[in-house]
Amino acid sequence: MKAKTIDRIATGIIYALVSVVVLILLFLLGFILIKGVPHISWKFLTSPAQAFIAGGGIGDQLFNSFYLLILTLLISFPIALGAGIYLSEYAPKNWVTNLVRITIEVLSSLPSVVVGLFGFLLFVVQFKLGFSIISGAIALTFFNLPLLTRSIENSLSAVPDLQREAGLSLGLSKWKTVTRVIFPIALPGIITGIILSAGRVFGEAAALIFTAGQSAPAINYADWNPFNGTSPLNIFRPAETLAVHIWKINTEGIMPDANQVSAGASAVLVIAVLVFNLLARFIGARLYRKITAGK
Amino acid sequence: MKNYDLTEQSILKLPADTEIVVETKDLQVFYGTNHAMHDASLQFPRYSITALIGASGSGKSTYLRSINRMNDGIARVEGQIMYRDLNLNSKDVDVYQMRRRIGMVFQRPNPFAKSIYENIAFPLREMGIKNKQEIRATVEKSLKQAALWDEVKDDLKRSALSLSGGQQQRLCIARALAMSPDILLLDEPASALDPISSAKLELTLQELKKDYTIIIVTHSMQQASRLSDYTAFFHMGHVIEFDRTQKIFTNPTTRITEDYISGNFG
Repeated sequence: MKAKTIDRIATGIIYALVSVVVLILLFLLGFILIKGVPHISWKFLTSPAQAFIAGGGIGDQLFNSFYLLILTLLISFPIALGAGIYLSEYAPKNWVTNLVRITIEVLSSLPSVVVGLFGFLLFVVQFKLGFSIISGAIALTFFNLPLLTRSIENSLSAVPDLQREAGLSLGLSKWKTVTRVIFPIALPGIITGIILSAGRVFGEAAALIFTAGQSAPAINYADWNPFNGTSPLNIFRPAETLAVHIWKINTEGIMPDANQVSAGASAVLVIAVLVFNLLARFIGARLYRKITAGK
Repeated sequence: MKNYDLTEQSILKLPADTEIVVETKDLQVFYGTNHAMHDASLQFPRYSITALIGASGSGKSTYLRSINRMNDGIARVEGQIMYRDLNLNSKDVDVYQMRRRIGMVFQRPNPFAKSIYENIAFPLREMGIKNKQEIRATVEKSLKQAALWDEVKDDLKRSALSLSGGQQQRLCIARALAMSPDILLLDEPASALDPISSAKLELTLQELKKDYTIIIVTHSMQQASRLSDYTAFFHMGHVIEFDRTQKIFTNPTTRITEDYISGNFG
């Protein structure tokens, strides 16, 4: 065959494969949105769930999802930032560093249900934290740390060495060079990494079923004292999230409108994750322009 | 490749009354087990330009980067680097203070991803200068010294990355000058520039020679002969010849230098 023909066939196959990926994605998104969006209303988003009668909402689950997400990021971001800076800027090239990298790799490939069971045995049972937001947040941190660390490390490593040399040659210490020269340039990438990981955390169910629990006790939104049992801010209360809720309705939901609630909740979840992704691109690009275009 | 006797050296003895700013004594550099620089002993007189020439891999950049300890953590450096009476290659030296006295400009322009003004103001603030007026004055002075002021004075808030390569390189020189250094180390500063920018840069360096001691690594022999007062020729990790530039380019002492300069090399 002529090179030109082969090239044409290869190009055709590649286009076909890409279309398969895009079509699957569009089909899934379309299916979930078309089935779910009609059920979304302000009442659906704000009212509590019902176990036996129709008309329940997802208000508490939605709040729990965001609250858990924020707590998880509060715990995992500082740790991941420290680890990322170490790996990118300070780690010597030796077997210890390689071991750390392999550990992170292994941690990132752990199935989330294993992370959940581990969290259950250690935090819920051993540390007697019970099914609680804090147990869930720690389990999600385990789940989130490897990828967040990796994305922060990559963002920092992508900054050219020329910038490090510029800082050092002007008498800045290594720490100053990292924090004042390298970090700002890497910031857009880091922000993008955080938001993308937020999407994953937001949609995670398996790691939470055994840690944050599957029940959503009534929450009193007028009580903002985190030490009260019914306060939304209490970190020791069980908290069913949106993703767990969807899983539960579909396995044991007995309310008459289980299908509608499930479809609506799924659509909300997908839309939230989509928004996270779009935000990541938008904020990343904007920050990059802002930082490089002078002050 | 011809075999040369690397021990054949010709190092000019400078007159005793010459004011020496930097001097290396038996400088050795090792990358792991690779001995990259052998017994480099050179003196750099004040207010002069010294060019370091030699083929790629001859060790001239390695030598230059050793002077302000940019090889720390990359290579092992032995021997003495005397900056006036201070041995820079010692654990007690405050590397960060020292690097302000010995500025460096790199092969590829590396302005910070900040505005033109901030590129100079930020390291000044890090140095501990808080007075805004003083910072503004230093920014202006160093941009003028680097012959960039007229081109950027109306738009100091612009991103430094939007400047042309030549302008970026002069900004990097201005940034180094703002630290009020004694010595400027330049590592092939013109190699990424077009001929016009390169010529401008050379003019700037000629001006700067009045106030600074300049050591420049260059690939271009024309540049070395136009620009420098002294020239050191490096080959395979050895300093082969050091002399007045005119002498080296008209009547070199060693055969290897002569071959290199006449292009009859390798």
